[in-house]
Amino acid sequence: MDLFGNLGLGIETALLPENLLYCFIGVVLGTAVGVLPGIGPTATMALLLPITFQFASPVSALIMLAGIYYGAQYGGSTTAILINLPGESSAAVTAIDGHEMALKGRAGAALATAALGSFFAGTVATLILALFAPPLARAALQFGPPEYFSLVVLGLIASVALARGSTLKALAMIVLGLLLGTIGQDLNTAVPRFTFGVRELFSGINFVSLAVGLFGVAEILRNLEGERTREVVVKTVTNLWPTRDDFRRMTAPILRGTAIGSALGVLPGGGHILSSFSSYSVEKRISKRKDEFGHGAIEGVAGPESANNAAAQTSFIPLLTLGLPAHPVMALMVGAFIIQGITPGPNVINAEPALFWGLIVSMWVGNLFLVLLNLPLIGLWVKMLAIPYKVLFPAIIAFAAVGTFSIGLNPYDIFAIAFFGVVGYFLVKFGAEPAPLLLGFVLAPLLEQNMRRALTISRGDPLIFIESPISAVLMGLAIVALILAVLPAIRRRRDEVFKEDED
Amino acid sequence: MDRRKALRKAFPDLAAGAIFVGFGLAFALQSLTYDVGTPFRMGPGFFPLLLGGVLTLLGAIIVASGFNAEREGLSGAVPWRGLLLISVALLFFGLTVRGLGVVPSLFVTTSLAGLASVRVRPLTAVAIAAGLTATSVVVFIVALQLRLPLFGPWIPF
Repeated sequence: MDLFGNLGLGIETALLPENLLYCFIGVVLGTAVGVLPGIGPTATMALLLPITFQFASPVSALIMLAGIYYGAQYGGSTTAILINLPGESSAAVTAIDGHEMALKGRAGAALATAALGSFFAGTVATLILALFAPPLARAALQFGPPEYFSLVVLGLIASVALARGSTLKALAMIVLGLLLGTIGQDLNTAVPRFTFGVRELFSGINFVSLAVGLFGVAEILRNLEGERTREVVVKTVTNLWPTRDDFRRMTAPILRGTAIGSALGVLPGGGHILSSFSSYSVEKRISKRKDEFGHGAIEGVAGPESANNAAAQTSFIPLLTLGLPAHPVMALMVGAFIIQGITPGPNVINAEPALFWGLIVSMWVGNLFLVLLNLPLIGLWVKMLAIPYKVLFPAIIAFAAVGTFSIGLNPYDIFAIAFFGVVGYFLVKFGAEPAPLLLGFVLAPLLEQNMRRALTISRGDPLIFIESPISAVLMGLAIVALILAVLPAIRRRRDEVFKEDED
Repeated sequence: MDRRKALRKAFPDLAAGAIFVGFGLAFALQSLTYDVGTPFRMGPGFFPLLLGGVLTLLGAIIVASGFNAEREGLSGAVPWRGLLLISVALLFFGLTVRGLGVVPSLFVTTSLAGLASVRVRPLTAVAIAAGLTATSVVVFIVALQLRLPLFGPWIPF
């Protein structure tokens, strides 16, 4: 089938009334929760995941989940612009100039710029996804166990290289995640590992518990450290439509942001975060009005928001073709795929063409819903921002508890939330970011299985990982990525890119 | 005085490193109780033993590097009250949701969670909990049709 035939199938699937409905519900729910201050896209996804498990059809569930993802991203930008409280670091860049614009009474223009930029970027990135995913999946089908092992190693190490903060701690978090992923019955021998005889742990730790604990509960504890009242400076948003001058100024940044985001989004790790930071620094460097940056430059909203959204879309490429999640949200998608009985990877495109292409087209539909919804509904989102924190955090706990319990009716899933909330809080406090842990956790079975298979093929000889040319190249890249991450000179440059947000 | 200052600065690295070493050793030692096998025929203990060793090593390096770190120490006090109350709230839910049912169990859980904030008075927490319990029942049981008992077998009526 050619691209148009495939897209036709996708359009057919995505435009089914029920799928349209689920996409719509996903976008609305994602925005509503994502807009709540202190809840980033990862926590939003983790909290809303259990809802999607109630649907019988995997296509609908995944379409809804993808909708939640864009909604959460957009909701995060709204919060960043209106109260300067970005839920996750990718929205931190938007907060710099977006919030300044809001303070000057131009919140409407900032929000509209973010929405339009995101929509354009989403459209382009969806096309890129449709073009590049099939050949990549075909290439990945040639991969044997040694290649897959090396690919996962590369993915994990690259995610460290792009993350912010201490490389050593990020590496340790990955390994800890991998170890946590081995809890439960061994796939080859059915020996229960690290279960302490508790039957409920035989199937392993529930990834929703882990994500809710690390990104939801730990964040609540961080917020309880210094309780202060947040001020919603912008009570009503007027003048939504940007002026003609705004349109002129935002066009080039949107185009550049889309290009940067599409390219960087494919990278494992913080590709989407890196893309918004990079876009911001590019815009600042080439702008003729450098002094306006930090004081409400519309370019500083248009570029990063487009980059962010393009990256959000193209980060589905490694997930759908290789089964490799590029960042924590994609790690949650992996979990959702598996619960629906589908192993994400190169087989999805052939085994489930309707799901694959339906999901891709629904991404575009979801982005369209976002524009159509968010601009008129902005008043509602502003009201959501006014929900006091004392109501919000017990609500997160309630939702986390009931939602997670509903997945498997397993009390240990609830205990796991508390455990990972507390451990996660201390780890974050001591400077270890939680994202690599979640990636390691999700990839542990893939890594272990392929390592075992590869070494069985080679009769225990580890040289198999460098004897296959593809595997050797991947391993070489992993080593280069590791060296780059540790090298002081590169680290300084990388920190510079990330530093924009603290200025 | 200088030593104390250095220790304060190094504390995040020391603590994080210690956590990693602790987890690494625990996993590695426990792995030894499973069949480790050989690289050719790996047993269930091989992969976790390898990773446990790597984690212990990384933790040790982080501890060692803590002493020449040039950064600020910790910021913000640990909210012990919140930590305790939220953990207890979640444990309570896990332990009682089957026996008491969603309504009583969730009500107690959200009340405890609400009290985690030092700014919330007991009465406010209970009021918020009542509202949240009602909302959750509507969302999960009425709208999403989850099959969870509202009141469990421990409640005699």
